[in-house]
Amino acid sequence: MPGYSDPGFDTLALHAGAAPDPTTGARAVPIHLTTSFVFESSDHAAALFNLERAGHVYSRISNPTNAVLEQRVAALEGGIGAITTASGQAALHLCIATLMGAGSHIVASTALYGGSQNLLHYTMRRFGIDTTFVKPGDVDGWRAAVRPNTKLFFGETVGNPGLDVLDIPTISAIAHEAGVPLLVDSTLTSPWLMKPFEHGADLVYHSATKFLSGHGTVIGGVVVDAGSFDWARAHATSGKFAELATPYEGFHNMVFTEESTVGAFLLRARREGLRDFGACLSPHSSWLILQGIETLSLRMERHMHNTQKVVEFLATQPFVSRVGHPLLESHPSHALAQKLLPRGAGSVFSFDMKGNREQGKKFIETLKVFSHLANVGDCRSLVIHPATTTHFRMTDEALAAGGITQGTIRLSIGLEDADDLIDDLKRALKAAEKAGEKAGA
Amino acid sequence: MMELQVKGHTTYCYTGGKTFDAAKPTVVFIHGVLHDHSVWILQTRYLANHGWNVLAVDLPGHCRSAGEAPSSVEEAAAFVGALLDAAGVKRAALVGHSWGSLIALEAAANLNDRVSHLVLVGTAFPMKVSPQLLEASLNEPEKAMKMINVFSRSTLAAPPSALGPGTWVYGGSLALNRRVLASNKVVNVFHRGFKACDSYANGEAAISRISCPVLFLLGGQDQMTQPTAARGLITKATESGKKVQTVTLPVGHHQMGEAPDETLFAIRSFLAT
Repeated sequence: MPGYSDPGFDTLALHAGAAPDPTTGARAVPIHLTTSFVFESSDHAAALFNLERAGHVYSRISNPTNAVLEQRVAALEGGIGAITTASGQAALHLCIATLMGAGSHIVASTALYGGSQNLLHYTMRRFGIDTTFVKPGDVDGWRAAVRPNTKLFFGETVGNPGLDVLDIPTISAIAHEAGVPLLVDSTLTSPWLMKPFEHGADLVYHSATKFLSGHGTVIGGVVVDAGSFDWARAHATSGKFAELATPYEGFHNMVFTEESTVGAFLLRARREGLRDFGACLSPHSSWLILQGIETLSLRMERHMHNTQKVVEFLATQPFVSRVGHPLLESHPSHALAQKLLPRGAGSVFSFDMKGNREQGKKFIETLKVFSHLANVGDCRSLVIHPATTTHFRMTDEALAAGGITQGTIRLSIGLEDADDLIDDLKRALKAAEKAGEKAGA
Repeated sequence: MMELQVKGHTTYCYTGGKTFDAAKPTVVFIHGVLHDHSVWILQTRYLANHGWNVLAVDLPGHCRSAGEAPSSVEEAAAFVGALLDAAGVKRAALVGHSWGSLIALEAAANLNDRVSHLVLVGTAFPMKVSPQLLEASLNEPEKAMKMINVFSRSTLAAPPSALGPGTWVYGGSLALNRRVLASNKVVNVFHRGFKACDSYANGEAAISRISCPVLFLLGGQDQMTQPTAARGLITKATESGKKVQTVTLPVGHHQMGEAPDETLFAIRSFLAT
């Protein structure tokens, strides 16, 4: 019964977290570009610092504009609250740094964004946090990878760029059997296509740079907590998550699980993570992301419409050897996508062309409507060659594990007229094919 | 925090991050149905750092407290008396929300001079629960939890709340409801709590018997316990010569989350009288 009293997705996308400004009457969300906030009194100052009263102190920790975005994304995901971060990568780092330290272990999907691969495979190892990578569909592999020091399971709703759909109900059940939470990167699907909490995930983050903002104008991230994982019980059972369930000398000896039965993670992530690591979001960036979210459902619907048209076109082209979208029955995640992503599995996908590297280059350089750049989730259509760009640090073996070859092209389908996108692709495919003929390929 | 043995069972009390000090006055906070101590975090943490002992209890059979979940207001009120005994508290202020307000009221009537102040937040008498909601709390608890959260909230844009800025209070409350329900594997504490509210008949008699001042802290947009539903108690308290204060905040049923500062200020001012 959608309505103000039982708000639906579109209502929340416009109103959650924001009311007309009580001081000025401004209807749109004001941008609070201020570093800090005046205390009413010494007692007020002390109470804010000691978490006796709620409010804003310093914009690295919280800001009214950021708070609107946090409430809004939490509402759309069905969570208890959220924290905005400087980028999606900062959001992932905040999750890891809040839950564990040196000597800990993560089980993660092989089908990850290249930046996440780098963070887990190289950077976090330098800080003593090890990761075992498992193919997203290898259910036994996830279970077998658990170690006594495992603190987190991590995957993407649909793996970048092969679109392997993560079986969240199954993987979250294995995580919970192991007494650890499941963190999901939901960037490529957005809450309009899937709400991972409804399927068993405990934490979700977005690169808000992508579909949430939707216009290729801003870098930002956001972490949302479902409030479902019982950190206190997990600590009592296994000794894990002492960060949340025992007194923290770094913040008033607070035991976060006692302060909030369901919100311990967010308390520590903000009070320690934003305070000490400092990867906060600018209020101006928050405002841009909020502008995007207001039209999220409209845009996602058009993204899905255009994607279906383009996928259907590519699937009929003789010069295309594979189209990697779960819309097609040939995709290994087709059935799972029908179940978990009935509105569509996203508009970022890859396909393989026949021919060599030079033909791939010709294809990309012939495109006129598609822009060649390193981003996805823009309202404009985008194209990139993963093996030489986003995933260039990965070995051939690791690329293959992620479903990427040297001939793979990744598309991010935008909001243009679908016929213009198809014409652009048709022209570029022809040019690439001809380039092969000239070279005697 | 403190763990007390009350009637042979371990009882959890949040103390606002401070150690219990017998020399200070004490306030006991009593939560409502499908809640626990954490709904009072901001108010309790402030008072604990401003001269009060705070005992924000998890009722028996709820979250961190063992024992049989109370099946009536009277049973829960007897527990509050036993809690004061276990803590060695001779006199205390009682603050209750929703079901907890009825428990605090009944306990104040029974404990008489041992209660210094009575604060009834989001209260009503009688606190009738519709048959449909009662039935749903038993057989379709997820549906019923969503209903009570819709009824409890007055805004889609709550101010910074218990987790600080960025809290989505609707989601936070729903998650807490689920956690509390799951914490008792034996009894459906949702249905049991609602039945206790619905069947409590002693409200007007109890308010006539109390000997302390009483604060009614109501939500002007409360759809769970509408402010008009507290009028009978307010009238009875006034007629029987009690010192009565009424504060109505422009919020829904969850005053502590939707108006944390205003709720604190009202309680703080009242306790100072």
